[in-house]
Amino acid sequence: MALSQGIMAASVAVAAPVVLLSASSAYSARPHGALSSATLPALKTRKVFTVKASAAEQPASFGPSSQKLWTPKLVTNAVATKQETAATTGAKGGHELLLFEALREGLEEEMERDPTVVVMGEDVGHYGGSYKVTKGFAEKFGDLRALDTPIAENSFTGMAVGAAMTGLRPVIEGMNMGFLLLAYNQISNNCGMLHYTSGGQFTIPCVIRGPGGVGRQLGAEHSQRLESYFQSVPGLQMVACSTPYNAKGLMKAAIRSQNPVILFEHVLLYNLKETIPDEDYICCLEEAEMVRPGKDITILTYSRMRHYVLQAAKTLVSKGYDPEIIDIRSLKPFDMYTIGNSVKKTHKVLIVEECMRTGGIGASLRAAIMENFFDYLDAPIGCLSSQDVPTPYSGPLEELTVVQPHQIISAVEKMLSD
Amino acid sequence: MTKDVAVCGYRSFASQAVAEKQESNSSSGKGDIEVELLNPFRLHLLESGPSTHLHTNKDELMKMFRDMTTLRRMELKADQLFKSQQIRGFCHLYDGQEAIPSGMEAALTYEDCVVTAYRDHGIFLGRGGTVFETFSELMGRRTGCALGKGGSMHLYKKENNYYGGWGIVGTSGPLGTGLAHGLKYMKKPNVTVAIYGDGAANQGQLYEAQNMAALWKLPVIYLVENNHYGMGTAEWRASKQTTFFDRLHYIPGIKVDGMDAFSVKAAVQYAKEHCLAGKGPIVIECDTYRYHGHSMSDPGSTYRSRDEIQTFRQERDPIERVSKIINKEGIASADDLKKLAKDIKRDVEEQAAKARDAPQPEDDELFSHIYRLDTGLVTYGCDRRQKVQLA
Repeated sequence: MALSQGIMAASVAVAAPVVLLSASSAYSARPHGALSSATLPALKTRKVFTVKASAAEQPASFGPSSQKLWTPKLVTNAVATKQETAATTGAKGGHELLLFEALREGLEEEMERDPTVVVMGEDVGHYGGSYKVTKGFAEKFGDLRALDTPIAENSFTGMAVGAAMTGLRPVIEGMNMGFLLLAYNQISNNCGMLHYTSGGQFTIPCVIRGPGGVGRQLGAEHSQRLESYFQSVPGLQMVACSTPYNAKGLMKAAIRSQNPVILFEHVLLYNLKETIPDEDYICCLEEAEMVRPGKDITILTYSRMRHYVLQAAKTLVSKGYDPEIIDIRSLKPFDMYTIGNSVKKTHKVLIVEECMRTGGIGASLRAAIMENFFDYLDAPIGCLSSQDVPTPYSGPLEELTVVQPHQIISAVEKMLSD
Repeated sequence: MTKDVAVCGYRSFASQAVAEKQESNSSSGKGDIEVELLNPFRLHLLESGPSTHLHTNKDELMKMFRDMTTLRRMELKADQLFKSQQIRGFCHLYDGQEAIPSGMEAALTYEDCVVTAYRDHGIFLGRGGTVFETFSELMGRRTGCALGKGGSMHLYKKENNYYGGWGIVGTSGPLGTGLAHGLKYMKKPNVTVAIYGDGAANQGQLYEAQNMAALWKLPVIYLVENNHYGMGTAEWRASKQTTFFDRLHYIPGIKVDGMDAFSVKAAVQYAKEHCLAGKGPIVIECDTYRYHGHSMSDPGSTYRSRDEIQTFRQERDPIERVSKIINKEGIASADDLKKLAKDIKRDVEEQAAKARDAPQPEDDELFSHIYRLDTGLVTYGCDRRQKVQLA
């Protein structure tokens, strides 16, 4: 008996597939055609609708191929680059909107598509969201699907995790990312680690989103960059959006993902305007975005710093440099494929981030690049990050805390002149 | 009459505030003027509550009027400054709730500790802060009470035992309990007032803190500023139980008309005696109202009607209440008060102008006050080339 058990155990172990971190976006989503409103429990305050299996639920392609679908034309684009824009004619119009509207569109489409997607957070319902991302949701989806919670971050995050364990797909909004520090235990232990500690029994397909980053004189407690705090929690995926195009795409992908995803928005980027495609699309969660191809130096950045880098690139290009700018988007895990290819091409790396220097995303990224691509580097990896200080309220001091475009320009010049 | 009309705005030094306070403490409560309570106290787990016969005197009445009018004008000026972008970020205004610091401070001394949340301009003034310091801090100047590094939500005044000024909702509960723990440990005959709002009352950390306070009989007064809205969410949509003074069956509570400074004062006096007698913590719920929205980025009219705001202004305004008593007792006529209010308004404008001209913090102050002692630590600039010695 014991022997047969032993053999059984061995054969099971061999047969078990090695699951890489490939469970992302629509790839592992349940086929939604199997769901119909008749099989769902009646939600009293819900409008009646039918779930259609949408034609666009093809699995997202991996790797850079999805980039060829759309080269975004950003209205606030500061870089004069020649774009290989055969693909942009694929935009038969598209529609122009602001970043918070793009988030709203993505969220709304996913909520229409899948009745188990719910939003919960402070003032997301009747108030419409403190940054208007969920405006109109309470009227459209009802009080239960756009749930106004009391001010109890730890508890409603935990509640969302519990709901996710029974099959809902909650989208948790932190009014400001800094408030989610109160929910750190829930996010780290319950959200991140539960799939592992339960031996794969429970999945937590939740999305935790909210505005973070340094705003305009919001004070220390409201200017926090939580990506550096959450990055070492195993089991979480982290993405940072920076344009309306990738905001909507990442939101949709995050909701469809079976893993817990933290979507970092930036408080100053909500009013960014762009034309995005009309058709249904998602952005791959683990993929970095090639913003500007080049050959002199690789600049890795994300979120608000992308726009500062683009601003600096305008000057750099006019001075004759050719930086390659990559918006890493996926903060955990890093897209080492795109980044590595770039490093092999340019041999010099500069990371520009808004995190603090100590223990930030840049610190991990530097280690990862050095470990994997040391032989391809011609110079030490440069990293520009925020100062290790609580963000002061005073305007001039706050500007000194964060990386500014002129510092990016001088750093690139220094790196390329050595 | 000249002393009575002296405006508060020129209090530049904390020592001056302390002296004023001691003077007012010696005269408060004793008086010949009887004040009628508009709304009775509601008690929880208490046999008898604060005295319903409130007495006051001329000085106290005029001080209340002056303090509340100064606060009101300061908040309105802050509104104006925010709209002209001299104040940035978040600004949570306190007008409508003036009775709470006015009444509370009349019952406390500066040896007692006070801690509150982000709507702290009023409490700061009550604790002896000056209008100039407030405006300086709001405009990020070096003359601000936190050297311009804190901002609207982080006003502090250590010498008067005012512990802030916190941005995260619910923080004042555990911190206030800690302040009380320190006071009890050092055997000081003082109490702590931990102020939070109706929205914060659903925070878990408050229950944890209140449990500990009751367990160890800490001298803390939990003062709930119930203005009925947690940003856009009304109290009945956020809380199962919409009263906050009787939430725990092991901590007594008093519900008080928070728009009446005298009721607040009586309740805080009673609560202070309760705590100092070693009976443990107590909750005071002040039923109050804010005229502005949650902050300057919230109009305040999408979730409540203008009629409601108008009704509060007309029927329960705290400054009106005190003015009526002053007029009735013949201490000052309506015209005198109007003139005094105009003087205060002019003074507040001057302080704002002075604050606008005050210097910004120097660049190297970015790195000061990270650690306490000079431990020889250095930090680097964002590209690792600029080395800074931490002060």
